[in-house]
Amino acid sequence: MNIAVAIDDVRKDALPSASEAGPAPKRIVVAYGFWIFLLSDIVMFSALFAAYAVLVRATAGGPTGAELFNQASVAIETACLLASSFTCGLMSLAVGSRRRTTTYVFAAVTFVLGVVFLTLEIREFAGMIAIGATPQRSAFLSAFFTLVGCHGLHVTAGLIWLAVMMAQVEIKGFHPTVERRLLCFALFWHALDIIWVWLFTVVYLMGVRP
Amino acid sequence: MNLLGKLSWSAIPFDQPIVMAATAMMVVGVLSVLGWVTLKGYVPYLWREWLTSVDHKRIGVMYIVLALLMLLRGFSDAIMMRAQQAVAAGGAQGYLPPEHFDQIFSAHGTIMIFFMATPFVIGLMNFVVPLQLGVRDMAFPTLNSVALWLTASGILLTNISLAIGEFAKTGWVAYPPLSELQFSPGVGVDYYLWALQISGVGTLMTGINFVTTILKTRAPGMGYMRMPVFCWTALASNLLMVAAFPVLTATLAMLLLDRYLGFHFFSVDGQGNPMMYVNLFWVWGHPEVYILILPAFGIFSEVISTFSGKPLFGYRSMVAATMVICVLSFLVWLHHFFTMGASADVNGFFGVMTMIIAVPTGVKVFNWLFTMYGGRVRFTVPVLWSLGFMVTFVIGGMTGVLMAVPPADFQLHNSLFLVAHFHNVIIGGVVFGVMAGYTYWFPKAFGFTLDERWGKASFWCWLIGFYLAFMPLYVLGLMGMTRRMQHYDVLSWQPWLLLAAVGVVVILAGIVCTIVQLVVSIRDRAQHRDVTGDPWNGRTLEWATASPPPAWNFAVLPRVAERDTYWNRKQRAHATPDQPQEYVSIETPKNSATGFVNAFFAVVIGFALIWHIWWMVGLGLLGAFVTLLAFAFRDDEEVEIPAEQIAQFERSHQAEVAR
Repeated sequence: MNIAVAIDDVRKDALPSASEAGPAPKRIVVAYGFWIFLLSDIVMFSALFAAYAVLVRATAGGPTGAELFNQASVAIETACLLASSFTCGLMSLAVGSRRRTTTYVFAAVTFVLGVVFLTLEIREFAGMIAIGATPQRSAFLSAFFTLVGCHGLHVTAGLIWLAVMMAQVEIKGFHPTVERRLLCFALFWHALDIIWVWLFTVVYLMGVRP
Repeated sequence: MNLLGKLSWSAIPFDQPIVMAATAMMVVGVLSVLGWVTLKGYVPYLWREWLTSVDHKRIGVMYIVLALLMLLRGFSDAIMMRAQQAVAAGGAQGYLPPEHFDQIFSAHGTIMIFFMATPFVIGLMNFVVPLQLGVRDMAFPTLNSVALWLTASGILLTNISLAIGEFAKTGWVAYPPLSELQFSPGVGVDYYLWALQISGVGTLMTGINFVTTILKTRAPGMGYMRMPVFCWTALASNLLMVAAFPVLTATLAMLLLDRYLGFHFFSVDGQGNPMMYVNLFWVWGHPEVYILILPAFGIFSEVISTFSGKPLFGYRSMVAATMVICVLSFLVWLHHFFTMGASADVNGFFGVMTMIIAVPTGVKVFNWLFTMYGGRVRFTVPVLWSLGFMVTFVIGGMTGVLMAVPPADFQLHNSLFLVAHFHNVIIGGVVFGVMAGYTYWFPKAFGFTLDERWGKASFWCWLIGFYLAFMPLYVLGLMGMTRRMQHYDVLSWQPWLLLAAVGVVVILAGIVCTIVQLVVSIRDRAQHRDVTGDPWNGRTLEWATASPPPAWNFAVLPRVAERDTYWNRKQRAHATPDQPQEYVSIETPKNSATGFVNAFFAVVIGFALIWHIWWMVGLGLLGAFVTLLAFAFRDDEEVEIPAEQIAQFERSHQAEVAR
């Protein structure tokens, strides 16, 4: 609000419009480009969501979602992922104030929460496969394993990325390049949360309706 | 366990003389180029200046070289198909057995769309957009190089399929259930899928890169409404890449899961849904045609305006039309399969949307006509391509609107009428467009213009050849001939197919003219030399710098105060002579082998996946990961070009212009 007032106080022609200000600083360019990537990633997920929605009733006589999903386990997964987003935010703050140890601590907590999430997901998958609910069983299960598994692969990639970034902080310190990458990582990690919220709603909540 | 997966000597089709001859030609061609380059000692130069370059101009040129090579490959497929259909009438079987003919039409479509048209358009955008925006490079130069080489990986895999194994026999759209393992057990579909997955990732990277470049890095003063129209069309095209290519990636991934792990997305058993593939494929596929045609529209806008010596008529309506097409392109996909069995309401909606999308295109055509009206039009080669486009594209657009009527489409679906329609818009639109762009910007890239006489010869051969080759296909479609026929019984079709075969020979003459034009122009480059950097009396910023532009593009970032900046600056130049500039040192991005090395591993991974050589997949993935780590840990990202070097270049360029 205050900012808007301040701009209004200045004569309009004294400020060049933002679109005419020339090339943006590198930090803006990098984060903007990464946002575009995230949007494309969300488009990819939307295709998988669409496939899931088309195939959700195509159980081919096999088990349905209501028979398979264990809400308690998924609730813990959700809690882990949302908490890891919070700790990831705390890590970003630590990076902003250049506190190395704090950065490591919150990165480690984020990492562990991510690992717990993945472990629970793999346990869920293994349990389903053990009772014959494999992705080969029906089109519904193919779509389920692909959609949820694709998110899981993203989390795995995020964990590897986080580990590499911590090595970079250790070796290169808070170099501007490293900082920009940590910014992108944070965006990525939060975006995975957004996708998970959708997943949780569409797959696990709507999926158990009779 | 077999260490080489499904790969064995029987994968090489020694018993098929046509395939072996084509393979031999390709191998000899590649080996002789490699040998020549090595013997002449050009390898270090190529590696330093081109293969590891992250300069958008070099990358653009390399994209176009790839596209021209693939034009030759895809066109030889076309000649073979036309020759086959010209002779295989009545009881005759022609010279191509069905399984080979099927591979040829699949490869033709795949190569022409993914590896000719797309790289050509991306190459032109790469070269031109940063120059027109008045900046020094793309937002992400190394990513640009990675994207180029991933495209090259896909191209290489597709061409390897000629010699080792086979290509898909499913058509370029690879619809299931035919493309499922059950009905296509060979490696052909796998080649198709992995080649497209790998190059598709590259195209997505390109899209992200351009959107960021255009929206975030423009010269000071260049507001959106001051951008050249080509930049607007590039923006729309790349927004479509970002929004559409992930859908293709997801769709092909689902088909891969079906084929490799027995999933049931599109299979006939397990309650899979084959029509879902068709829907998803065209959710990508229809925007893809606008990804190709919108930049072509941009090229025509630049060419028409420059050679008419007038600002573009209706700039704002041109921008609006471009963005409207960009949005509407996502609302028409179902017109590719009205026969699916959707309700009349659904078909009606998509039919109406398809007709509506023709409106902004019509706006554009009128804008080009009004730009020429009252102008002093110079009939150079790019203008000829543009005029040929306007006539041809309008015809193709009208047959498209005709097929947008669902009941009519039920008759024309999958007939040669459809084949004629999309060649009419893709050749008449995209190919004519990239040829215009190639001729128009060639002097900017190399410092000399292309020979006009051979250029005109090429244009007329293409134009006449196009009409001879494709108008008969409209007739054949109305006579009931379906596409992709290896042989046919109806003798009354044959005369039209013979005529089409003559047409394709005339187009061949056009391609030969283009090659001769290039050779002649290089030979006579001293006469065609352009020292001013502005051979056409251009209007936009790419003509404001030397040809070829230095690595840093602009010694001082231009300040933009209006549209057609360079033109207006030239008009005022008489009143205010240039002030001597203060030059400062410039940092340019450092070359990187990341793209090239990463692409090597991408080929390894793709090839290993196609042939089920799992240990090689692991090695390839590890290699790619290590390559990216090496990039992430490098220390200096930029090289500084000293102010003195820039000042010296500028002084010598200005001295040349003054002479």
